[in-house]
Amino acid sequence: MRTAFIDTLRELARKDDRVFLLTADMGYSVFETFMDEFPDRFLNTGIAEQNTIGIAAGLASRGKIVFVYSIIPFVTMRCFEQVRLDLAYNFMNVKLVGVGAGLTYGPLGSSHHALEDIAIMRSLPDMTVLCPGDPIETKELVKRSFEYDGPVYIRLGKNGEPKIHSDGTRIEIGKSITVLEGSDLALITTSNMLETGKRWVDEWKQDGINASLISMPSIKPFDSFTVENLIDDEIPIITLEEHSVIGGLGSIVSEVIAKKGKSVKFQQIGINDEFSHIIGGHDFQRKKFSLDAKPSLKFIE
Amino acid sequence: MEGKLQQPMLEDICKSIRIDVLKMMHKSFSSHIGGCYSVIEILVTLYFKILNVDPKNLNDNERDILLLSKAHSSAALYAILAEKQFFPKEYLDTYYQDDGKLPGHLNKKTAPGIEFSFGSLGHGLSVGCGMALGNKRMNNTGRIFVVLGDGECNEGSVWEAAMFASHHKLSNLTAIIDYNKIQSFGSTNEVINQEPISDKWKSFGWQVFEIDGHNHNELLDAFNSPNENLPKVIIAHTVKGKGVSFMENSLDWHYKSPDDEQLNLALKELE
Repeated sequence: MRTAFIDTLRELARKDDRVFLLTADMGYSVFETFMDEFPDRFLNTGIAEQNTIGIAAGLASRGKIVFVYSIIPFVTMRCFEQVRLDLAYNFMNVKLVGVGAGLTYGPLGSSHHALEDIAIMRSLPDMTVLCPGDPIETKELVKRSFEYDGPVYIRLGKNGEPKIHSDGTRIEIGKSITVLEGSDLALITTSNMLETGKRWVDEWKQDGINASLISMPSIKPFDSFTVENLIDDEIPIITLEEHSVIGGLGSIVSEVIAKKGKSVKFQQIGINDEFSHIIGGHDFQRKKFSLDAKPSLKFIE
Repeated sequence: MEGKLQQPMLEDICKSIRIDVLKMMHKSFSSHIGGCYSVIEILVTLYFKILNVDPKNLNDNERDILLLSKAHSSAALYAILAEKQFFPKEYLDTYYQDDGKLPGHLNKKTAPGIEFSFGSLGHGLSVGCGMALGNKRMNNTGRIFVVLGDGECNEGSVWEAAMFASHHKLSNLTAIIDYNKIQSFGSTNEVINQEPISDKWKSFGWQVFEIDGHNHNELLDAFNSPNENLPKVIIAHTVKGKGVSFMENSLDWHYKSPDDEQLNLALKELE
């Protein structure tokens, strides 16, 4: 996703000289090509995230389209009040790009994990929240965010995620993508759990269970319509995210269900309300937090 | 301005702004008159002598931009913007009122001439850095002025921005510190010592002026002094509550609003 992001951004910067990239001292071996090609539209603001957000707002107010890049906790939580006031309240054309969704930075520890970012970012009025699940969604949503005049948060995974969608797939802000159709069950994933979700649905198919796979990269605005249709059709729903069970995809879907006022079988998979004190890589952490193995489907029987 | 209407003296304008602010505070029972009165000469000098900004051409891309980072002094800015005809003077009557036009802290959506919404301290200098950098990169000659409180300089983000501005030689950026020596729960230097304040800014790479912030000539000299290819900071020594004897240097008037009797007493001193 990281490569898809920077390649897309270079493409946009070639088209439009308003595109400006700020980093708070992150992006070694990622941004060199951008720096070389657009030296006047790149700046390393130093390890000072509060200041970086203010600078981004100032640049945007002078007509730039500013992308700010860092590891997720540092581009969202460290400078949350600057994001709230300088970007959201002032409605600035700034795109925050966070890398390292969920437990991506496994052994670096909880300081570098991102399990609360969706919850806090979607609580901000006027903030758009996008969580792409593969390089195609990344490329498309970086483009959509460029086309949209306003503050956006883009949650990236790492690098090397496989393409789930085919090249040329159009992805829109506010719309889900049904990757696979099935009527027994709907698995809704967001962000970097799309690949895992695809694997589960493929395996269920071999077991004779036809699940649909719905990718939900647009957290805000949210495609409630798709979820409401599932409820109407009485299709059991599972949500899957590498994020706290508080305030993320599962919370949003349960809000949609509650507002709909009709019952539907529902299971939420995410990280329980806890920090990781486990030492280990991304895959290891996922296993420890039971994000890896297919869940039991007893709840739909 | 020869041949046109003679501009009132800056002192007279300040007097009239103080009266407007007094009436706004009296009507609204709102706080922060002390910090409004300390910053009035700074803002009046800027708006009447320095800033290239025209209420009739607010979207002029080359205009100078003033950011009032100590946005709790919004009433002073509103009174000046009304005086400069950015919006009708009647707006002032609605300050802080239900369904009014002008809020306690700055919201750029509420009235013309407010360049950026502020309220939480420590935001303005960073935003000013971004604007100054943007203007430089686009060869835009517009200058950026940021007015900070002294207590505001407790915020770490102010110093992040201070480092950034000098590193990038943002010579189109001027910060003004309203050094009135009182913050919300005590004397500035008892809460967190600011001194030696000039040395701090010098060591952060800024061109520093330390002046009497109620003296228009000193303010003008500092604003007009030649630029050394560095950002400029004006440490403006001021008096909280300046102009009304019983408000001067008093922590109470960070919070209090004048009652009827105090309004009349203050008006007598100001008129």
